[in-house]
Amino acid sequence: MPNTQQLEDITTQVRRDILRMVHKVNSGHPGGSLGCAEFFVALYNDIMDRKEGFDMDGIGEDLFFLSNGHISPVYYSVLARVGYFPVEELNTFRLLNSRLQGHPTTHEDLPGIRIASGSLGQGMSVALGAAQAKKLNGCKHLVYSLHGDGELQEGQNWEAIMYAAGNNVDNIISTIDLNGQQIDGSTDTVLTLGSVRAKFEAFGWIVIDIEKGNNIEAVLKGMAEAKSKTGNGKPVCVLLHTVMGNGVDFMMHTHAWHGKAPNDEQLAEGLSQNAETLGDY
Amino acid sequence: MKTYENTGNKDTRSGFGAGLTELGKTNENVVALCADLIGSLKMDDFKKNHPERFFQVGIAEANMIGMAAGLTIGGKIPFTGTFANFSTGRVYDQIRQSVAYSGKNVKICASHAGLTLGEDGATHQILEDIGLMKMLPGMTVINPCDYNQTKAATLAIADHDGPVYLRFGRPAVANFTPADQKFEIGKALHLVDGADVTIVATGHLVWEALEASKVLNEKGISAEVINIHTIKPLDAQAIIDSVSKTKCIVTAEEHNHLGGLGESVARVLSQHKPTPQEFVATNDTFGESGTPAQLMEKYGLNSEAIVKACQKVISRK
Repeated sequence: MPNTQQLEDITTQVRRDILRMVHKVNSGHPGGSLGCAEFFVALYNDIMDRKEGFDMDGIGEDLFFLSNGHISPVYYSVLARVGYFPVEELNTFRLLNSRLQGHPTTHEDLPGIRIASGSLGQGMSVALGAAQAKKLNGCKHLVYSLHGDGELQEGQNWEAIMYAAGNNVDNIISTIDLNGQQIDGSTDTVLTLGSVRAKFEAFGWIVIDIEKGNNIEAVLKGMAEAKSKTGNGKPVCVLLHTVMGNGVDFMMHTHAWHGKAPNDEQLAEGLSQNAETLGDY
Repeated sequence: MKTYENTGNKDTRSGFGAGLTELGKTNENVVALCADLIGSLKMDDFKKNHPERFFQVGIAEANMIGMAAGLTIGGKIPFTGTFANFSTGRVYDQIRQSVAYSGKNVKICASHAGLTLGEDGATHQILEDIGLMKMLPGMTVINPCDYNQTKAATLAIADHDGPVYLRFGRPAVANFTPADQKFEIGKALHLVDGADVTIVATGHLVWEALEASKVLNEKGISAEVINIHTIKPLDAQAIIDSVSKTKCIVTAEEHNHLGGLGESVARVLSQHKPTPQEFVATNDTFGESGTPAQLMEKYGLNSEAIVKACQKVISRK
């Protein structure tokens, strides 16, 4: 298993991948992707127990579902960097005939993807179904999911949140990316979420905060704690406090880079802040 | 002409329930989800026999569809149950993204379709569901005609790999197809031979078409009756072969004429064999409260309406 320094090196490379992918096609979502880089790197390199290769049913391994599919750049980069498909394929992001669609999909048979996402609010329900299938199959592995904080404005989440607690789905860890931003501005100005912790707790979930969501060690520690809380009759929610655009100074703390690609100069500036570690694709 | 005997009125939803009960015994991968309508969907037996494979999701259809998609990951074959309105229009985007685009093996089973839901009125009587579902790439759309056929279809879709929309209804209607008839998805059933007009019907309108063919026969008009239980994929060849003989066609369905079986048939014929066609369907309208029989009469969906449509289309030949 990689040590902290190695995980940080992977994260730096993932940031480069994200910037280069969205720059090449002048489209895509760098802000949320950068904010979740540490989480994805930690999840796929350490936290999850994964089998070699890829099969859809995923029996005998942990599963992950990305609900806020627009942060596909970080998802694709990490999937490639851990070996689900060649890193060179990151070059095809959002191009015609690519398996790396704007939003993740099973439709093009990209290894690592188990559900299409993009239209928001659907991922937790899917993750719950997969978690229930694991129980029916006697599979002790866990189901992880990631959701945007703004995404919680979609009502389907609350159907799922109510179901999970009411039916003791305790083999799921749903993480909320609490970056406080969405397309039109801060979540407080668009539609305030209030206390996400209080809401999940009121529904009957165990809630764990990871205050430093862009610190690898904090993510590892928090997720290990989350894992330790599974199997106790309650679903587990992780509130991952992140900074949108993390690691690229001019993209941080703003919603401006939610769905905007850097120009040539901005790319150069962003890359200069993230030196190549594993080698660019 | 060949005639069919009603062996006793039964509701098609009970055919679904009986099929699901059988699947519970024969296929351990079949799981069922319901959004607070177990009794209406006749899912009680499955729930009783296999509580571990039954998921009561509450009044939360969007979550039900998403969970069904997730249950396929791990090899389960989920059957969701609620009214047709809440199975389609309410959850269109969930079906589109999490089921159809994701290629998940989910069976969306929908009762109380169409006007024959009756007194509850237009909020619950969906007449657009066939159109909504047939437009989704990869979705199979089935509307069986009676209890026996609905049971057979329920069994058949468990063996089909891919998303399916299975549409059935609330009222007790004639049960006339053989109990042992195997259900072949996409294969039209030729019920009555005729020479003057083809009647292609689906769902509850198949029995009405048979009744209409008897009336027409007394008037000296020979009507061919075809049961199109699968609207997508459509058995185009059966339709083309029939109109090659009769030279005109009437389509009959408990659905809006926009987006229904009739439009699918018209597309096939306009491409391959332009033929005069009349539509027995609702005319771009919502339903209303009333008894099923009153509604089918008011909205022109009974055997009388089919007879009139046949006479009209023959005059256009």
